[in-house]
Amino acid sequence: MVTITIDGKLVEVAEDTTILKAAEKAGIWIPTMCHSDYFEPYGVCRLCSVEVVRGKRSRIVTACNFPVRSGMTVHTNSGKVKWIRKLIMELMLSRWPNVRVVKEMAGRLDIGTPRFASLERDEAEDACILCGMCVNMCNEVVKAGVLGFAHTGIKREVVLPFNERSDRCIVCGACAHVCPTGHIRMVVEDYRGKKPEFTLGPKTPIYVPTLQAVPRVPVIDTGSCIHFSTGACETCAKVCEPNAINYAMQDETVEIEVGQILLATGFDLFDASAMAQYGYGRLDNVYSSLEFESMLNSTGPTGGKIQTKNGREPRSVAIIHCIGSRDTNHHPYCSRVCCMYALKFAHLVRDRTSAEIYQFYIDMRAFGKGYEEFYSRLLDEGITMIRGKAAEIVEGCWSANGEPSLKVRCEDTLIGRFREIPADMVILCNAIEPRKDSDAVRRLFSVSKSPDGFFLERHPKLDPTATSTDGVFIAGCAQGPKDIPDTVTQASSAAARILSLICKGEVEIEPVRAMVQEEYCGGCKMCNGLCPYGAIEFLAEKKVSHVNEALCKGCGTCVAACPSSAITGHGFTDQQILAELAGLMVSTDR
Amino acid sequence: MAFEPKIIGFLCNWCSYTGADLAGVSRIKSAPNVRVIRTMCSGRIDPAFVLKAFQLGADGVIVMGCHLGDCHYQEGNYKTIRRIPFLKRLIQGFGIDPRRLRLEWVSASEGDRFAQVVNEMTEEIRKLGPLSLHVHRDAQQPVLHQ
Repeated sequence: MVTITIDGKLVEVAEDTTILKAAEKAGIWIPTMCHSDYFEPYGVCRLCSVEVVRGKRSRIVTACNFPVRSGMTVHTNSGKVKWIRKLIMELMLSRWPNVRVVKEMAGRLDIGTPRFASLERDEAEDACILCGMCVNMCNEVVKAGVLGFAHTGIKREVVLPFNERSDRCIVCGACAHVCPTGHIRMVVEDYRGKKPEFTLGPKTPIYVPTLQAVPRVPVIDTGSCIHFSTGACETCAKVCEPNAINYAMQDETVEIEVGQILLATGFDLFDASAMAQYGYGRLDNVYSSLEFESMLNSTGPTGGKIQTKNGREPRSVAIIHCIGSRDTNHHPYCSRVCCMYALKFAHLVRDRTSAEIYQFYIDMRAFGKGYEEFYSRLLDEGITMIRGKAAEIVEGCWSANGEPSLKVRCEDTLIGRFREIPADMVILCNAIEPRKDSDAVRRLFSVSKSPDGFFLERHPKLDPTATSTDGVFIAGCAQGPKDIPDTVTQASSAAARILSLICKGEVEIEPVRAMVQEEYCGGCKMCNGLCPYGAIEFLAEKKVSHVNEALCKGCGTCVAACPSSAITGHGFTDQQILAELAGLMVSTDR
Repeated sequence: MAFEPKIIGFLCNWCSYTGADLAGVSRIKSAPNVRVIRTMCSGRIDPAFVLKAFQLGADGVIVMGCHLGDCHYQEGNYKTIRRIPFLKRLIQGFGIDPRRLRLEWVSASEGDRFAQVVNEMTEEIRKLGPLSLHVHRDAQQPVLHQ
């Protein structure tokens, strides 16, 4: 530790700390325009110049990269320092008079109209001030090495190699992130080829998935993380004090032995872009229900503010029910939850904005406890309910300030008229559909599906949580669309079923099993390879095959294949089936 | 009296039998000509059962199992799909039209498909007419004593 004096204040800091950091610790502000904690001090703006006095000698140094030495005295506001700062700021002001950060810094240092006229005067508000932060970021932090300086003196500029788009640029946006003037910008074009004002979803590659996530720790999106494309950056690891960030962590397959499995794999949202008439993915301000839900979330991209893509409050909001559900072209079933969440949306829009709210419904299905009451309350709140499925959404209704809004075309079946409703924002209530990989999952567990594609329960009324496979249970939207209370009910029931089997300690199994009658077995081993469970073993000393009854599931494949009929399938013996056959063929004609 | 085909249906417990059950629960109408025998898996169906059915006077036999990949016992229906074509060639040797033996995949959710398959099969057998084997059938055929 060394002690230095800054503007008369004694500061104790570690050796080799820069003057800038020491001053920061002492609470003394030193102006700077090219410094960032992301990378090594660069010392190009010279604005942090301070006067260092050692003994009788005084010299001007840049605070950002000058290390402290014991007994050093620093003046950050002496006449000489002020003179230098004024000169630098005036030169900058004369060249980039309209750049916000330059003007602000000049204002803070109390510097007025510059004395100089620059040949390179740039009136742009987002002109490049050659601070070099982007170049340092790209070379030191990201290590992509795409940005660099060309020329010297007044011709100096930030360039890409050969002024061409570089393959080595990973489009991480770090340069735009540090650019103080906005000269470098990330222009996000989503798949619609439009520029969204905000993107729904995580904004950084390292993020906490949701506030309710268990465990609530950040995860890294390896697809967009700089470290995973260039091997550099590691900024998060540098700032993480407990050293909790581990880039080497890999996905791993863990094998766990369990006796019972609960399938609660949830649902996917119907992709509304399949219904072109609603313009989802094509028109601005047409949202799916989950997108709108994330907009409502106070930790979401808009902080819970309901706004159109240009950031304004919508004047009218249309909520369209049954997108992809109750529709023979897509899903014939009712998605069950949409009516109620649509009402919730309406309630929140009414609460947070002064927008007009229109609901386009086929039938209102307020089926649960307290739901009908909520529906009546919403009607009293002044929501406009239009009975009729919207036919299409078109761009139209140019408002006074020249921004397009949307128009919903529909037939109001209660008044028997076609109507066109203007709306700044449209929310589509997408159907709940089985997950894309549900077929693979159900095959893994030998579970059937119902015609709608959801997992099939053993019995719709008497056994709605079990499946045809013993020990495999289902709950929630994996079994069919349902709301939270119903999901909790079903999941609790499944958990109770699972616990009851655990408590019992032993499991009853079906008596349907295969058995080898050893006296008939010729030891041909034909059955051994047929058994999918490996339940048949060959007893070498007896020269016969033997069925392990604990492993056998009773399918009977071996019974059908045995050339000497030595295997009996209990419950489905050859004699039983042949007797059944004979019984069925009994003639009643004569 | 018009010819009413007698068809024996071998249905696997997990998919086709449940599918047939669903057809019934859903009140889907289908031809009453298929007489169902339940097995745990279509892989249990011994080719001898099919031959015995024809011998006892069945005009057609339909074997139904889970769709490939859906077998409750993982691969029982793959055994079936290998056995039935052999069996079709075998019954040709006995002078039985191979169209009288049919293999279909019906899942537990396909009640309507079960009805459709049953109706198609019944119509096909109706067109083919009664099965006449050159065996002395009456001796084998059980008679319900009233």
